Amino acid sequence: MSTTQVIPPPLARHLPGDRDVWIFIFAELLMFGAFFVAYLVHRQTSVDLYNASQQTLDRDLGVINTIFLITSSWLAVSAVASARANRSREIVSRLAGAITLALAFIVVKYFEYTTKFAEGINLTTNDFYMFYFALTMIHLAHVMAGTVILSVLLLNAKEEKYHRQNLSGLEAGTAYWHLVDLLWIFLFPLLYLLR
Amino acid sequence: MFDFIGIHANRSWLVLLAATLVTFSISDNHAIGTYAGIATLLISYLKGRLVVLDFMELRHAPALWRGLFEAWVLIISAVLLVAYLASTHT
Repeated sequence: MSTTQVIPPPLARHLPGDRDVWIFIFAELLMFGAFFVAYLVHRQTSVDLYNASQQTLDRDLGVINTIFLITSSWLAVSAVASARANRSREIVSRLAGAITLALAFIVVKYFEYTTKFAEGINLTTNDFYMFYFALTMIHLAHVMAGTVILSVLLLNAKEEKYHRQNLSGLEAGTAYWHLVDLLWIFLFPLLYLLR
Repeated sequence: MFDFIGIHANRSWLVLLAATLVTFSISDNHAIGTYAGIATLLISYLKGRLVVLDFMELRHAPALWRGLFEAWVLIISAVLLVAYLASTHT
């Protein structure tokens, strides 16, 4: 399949999707922002403990999951571009790709958690692990919700519901997915890298 | 010809991948210590801004919405940087 068309950009001064979705997304950002700050402030009480505990995390799996989410997010925005160009088959394939990577993220997280649990490490082990499990599990719940939303978009796309004149639902759903990506872009370095 | 790199979202995707690998490779460099942490947070700011502008497509949104989201990325990055630097001096 060759694509020779340039994907048209969104219309000037256009808020994608629905205003209410953006209010919800912004509220989520404020909530997670508070979590991020709480983590770094609390970390000051015992930097050595946090750094030592952080060393036990699998940074390779963390970076692989970052690549999965970034690429999934990119496929989602590409699906919107395909809808703007009325390429309905492309919307389906890109959403399917985005969902596959979302599922891959969940599988990797499952292995990370079960490895830690097998070592006897859990939410109550120390303050670092409390933050690590609580924040990544809340984020994982958002990944799962996002996967359901993308799946609904995929079903709609298969029925060719999205096109240049009907983008709002697709834009709103994918905006939520980008939120999940944006949160991970901060969560990953905070928990896995910063020492 | 189809211009892959000419599209903001595509270019940002490639930059985001590259930035992720840079952060990953510097994060375990004890020789640069705190500078690696500062660089990590600055790169997160740039990555967050690209997601807001080119994935969320707020680059072309009304100024209020673009401003709100850009402000979140900037303020959270600045606060995290201050909190991180405070922890390196205790």
